[in-house]
Amino acid sequence: MIDVKNVSKSYGPSVVVDDITLRLPAGGMISIVGANGAGKSTLLSMISRLLPMSAGTVTVHGLDVTKAPSDELARRLSILRQDNHVVSRLTVRDLVAFGRYPHSKGRLTEADRGHIDRVIGYFELEPFADRFLDELSGGQRQRAFIAMVLCQDTDYILLDEPLNNLDIKHAVAMMKLFRRTADTFGKTFVMVLHDINFASCYSDHTVAMRDGRVVHAGTPADVITPAAIRDVYGLDTTVQETPEGRRIVHYYV
Amino acid sequence: MNLLLSCLGLAVVSAVSLFVGASDIALASLVTGDGGGEALLVLLASRLPRTLALVLAGAGMAVAGLIMQMIARNRFVEPSTAGTAEAAAFGMLAVTLLAPEMPVFGRMLVAACFAMGGTLLFLAILRKVPLRSPLVVPLVGLMLGGVITAVTVFFAYRLDLMQSFYAWTNGDFSGVLRGRYELLWTSFALTVVAYLAADRFTVAGLGEDFSTSLGLGYRRVVAVGLTIVALVTAAVVVTCGMIPFLGLIVPNVVSLLMGDNVRRSLPFVALLGAALVVVCDIVGRIVVHPYEIPIGTIMGVVGSAVFLYLLLRRDGRAA
Amino acid sequence: MLHSTSVKRPAVVLAGLAALAAVAVALYMTVGVRGDWGFVLAFRGMKLATMIVVGYAVAVSTVLFQTVVGNRILTPAIMGFDALYGLLQSMLVFFLGAAFVAAWDPRLRFAVEVAVMVIFSVTLYRWLFSGGLRSLHLLMLVGIVFGVLFRSLMHFLNRIIDPTDFLVVQDRLFASFNRPDPGLLAASALTVLAVSVVGLRWLRAFDVLALGRDAAVNLGVDHRRMVTGLLLMVAVLVSVSTALVGPITFLGLLVANLAYMLVPSHRHALVLPGAVLVAVTTLVGGQVVLERVFAFDTALSVVIEFVGGLFFLFLLVRGFAR
Repeated sequence: MIDVKNVSKSYGPSVVVDDITLRLPAGGMISIVGANGAGKSTLLSMISRLLPMSAGTVTVHGLDVTKAPSDELARRLSILRQDNHVVSRLTVRDLVAFGRYPHSKGRLTEADRGHIDRVIGYFELEPFADRFLDELSGGQRQRAFIAMVLCQDTDYILLDEPLNNLDIKHAVAMMKLFRRTADTFGKTFVMVLHDINFASCYSDHTVAMRDGRVVHAGTPADVITPAAIRDVYGLDTTVQETPEGRRIVHYYV
Repeated sequence: MNLLLSCLGLAVVSAVSLFVGASDIALASLVTGDGGGEALLVLLASRLPRTLALVLAGAGMAVAGLIMQMIARNRFVEPSTAGTAEAAAFGMLAVTLLAPEMPVFGRMLVAACFAMGGTLLFLAILRKVPLRSPLVVPLVGLMLGGVITAVTVFFAYRLDLMQSFYAWTNGDFSGVLRGRYELLWTSFALTVVAYLAADRFTVAGLGEDFSTSLGLGYRRVVAVGLTIVALVTAAVVVTCGMIPFLGLIVPNVVSLLMGDNVRRSLPFVALLGAALVVVCDIVGRIVVHPYEIPIGTIMGVVGSAVFLYLLLRRDGRAA
Repeated sequence: MLHSTSVKRPAVVLAGLAALAAVAVALYMTVGVRGDWGFVLAFRGMKLATMIVVGYAVAVSTVLFQTVVGNRILTPAIMGFDALYGLLQSMLVFFLGAAFVAAWDPRLRFAVEVAVMVIFSVTLYRWLFSGGLRSLHLLMLVGIVFGVLFRSLMHFLNRIIDPTDFLVVQDRLFASFNRPDPGLLAASALTVLAVSVVGLRWLRAFDVLALGRDAAVNLGVDHRRMVTGLLLMVAVLVSVSTALVGPITFLGLLVANLAYMLVPSHRHALVLPGAVLVAVTTLVGGQVVLERVFAFDTALSVVIEFVGGLFFLFLLVRGFAR
């Protein structure tokens, strides 16, 4: 369980995250949605200790993220931010292998290698496993980075807009892969999602933010409603339920 | 800012400069004539030329910096951050090697040609650099200066001219005497020309397209501007050596205070440049009296400190 | 990262570089020897040892520094590290007096200088790199101007120090490959060795650090501590090379980038030795060419400045600095 208590972040007078208290259950998929500048990424960065908070505490599985040893946290929780850029020339396999660093500190065991190959398989990265990252398309690179984070094999996986740069086919495949991983291995995915329909169709729990605060939280059925969406985005939409019971938001026109 | 007050300020520091130095000149002895002969000699042969040289060089370098900033459309450009001054020093080396007998005016012209060449090379490189940030411009200039200096040092070292090399690259007015600074009047004349052409530089500063649509021959204005810059730089390098960063900090400070209209700001740039150089020189004469610290060293400290301030102020968005 | 398949080619490259360095060393020691071999070998051996220690210090400090800042165009020398060292030397003489400082054992003086350097540089550069200087160009320019400021302050102090004291400083500052001080050289070699032993423990963490701050934190690296530690090591290594031969601004930029190009790996365990070998080859080979072929004396650092400066311009023009 991730426990967020009275967390705030401010830069001088401007408050980006405003006193958020939130309890994210273990297991399954949690999505964070909200307008641009609502503080979603900032919240995610603070939960994952990448960004110090101005006030409040975050505990993951009982570990205070600001106090617990970083390498211990790295075996519990992984994070991928947006816009990843690496200076050194790495192959996809090199990058994915870095995911094992918290476990083996760089000396790969046979088990590690098995892990790496498996993850590369899941993500269908074999064709470019030995290509350099800078030779890949944006979408291929994004998949390689997500593969590294999954290779880290942590209980909690935090992703900031993981579907960036992915075409619709790969985006759907990615979400299905997350879903399967969550269900099979009992992992917890916390992700900032841009497309509210992905949040609606794949998550167990949705958190909606506006102006640094949580305005709605609950199951997609609670949060994906025209009224709630108006609260969050200030936009009028219609919500339609498919025969399979998924809620789709129409907002294009 | 008031022009009259600024002039007065310059007059005051210049007066101080006349009376500070290794040998004391008491005002009283000049008036009473009591041992005044020697004092008068020091005053006329050394102090007055030195102060004039300071004023002329300071005003000239500051204005040269202003013009370069207009032409390159970048706040951080000046002769010592664009390869101009280093190229002038290289030119001096070439003259010293190839035509050691050449009179000083000829030396200056050769140095000016080199300075011009260095600046054109700088502008040519700039056209090739992906300009994602205005800060790339001074980076390129400083590096180009470094490369030119490396070449100069290579030959100067081989040919035992390091002493001269230091004289060209580190501004020092202690050797200025009557008959050894008059070249700087060229720089004064050029400053006046710059003032007359001031409006054109303002327009050129807005860019080639804009200038053309206003009916201004952009290339000609740039050529005139670069010639002025090259000649002023050469004159200063020949007579007293490089004064680093002066042309950078003075126009920036003036621009902070009163904006970028060249006709309005140019007199202030000239006055402030002159005053700053005079003050730095006085400091250099006082600190280790009776020895002196060359002004190049003092300006290096003051100039880089102010440059850093300009860069770090609001995260360098001043650019 | 650590696949055996990706080690073979780098190993071949490293072997080639080692052979090249060995050839340079052999040529340096033997070409043009006349008369007393024992004397010549001892004399050249000292110079050779100096070049190897300096090459090692410059190469390692540059690669580590670039790992910290996540960029291949910034180097400690470009950011003003060695200018700072020069300034500190002058300050020591200024505040304590030349007579006092000169009376010290050179190794003690070296130790004090290194200690002061570490404190100053780690404070200053931690501030620079942690502060909001997001733009790389700004960082570079600020570093270069800091270098100018340090050098100008050094000249300023040197002028204030009385002229006889000034000679002491000048003698210390214009050290070159031709005048190695055996005591200092031994102390430097030991220092470099100590730093390397400490660094060895972190070798694999360096690879992670090169992924950038976020990724490194995610993978459990204590980023703050690592960066401080690395800057500390860099400061010590720069002190060593500057104390031995004075500043050579662009050597680091040249050898580090050559190593990145030649060694097809991201692993510091391979890139670092590669950079060291390139540096030794450049220094020793360059010295052979200049001394024996062109019969020039101490112009090597000037040539390196020239080539390195051009290379830096090339990197800028090609837009390598993001």
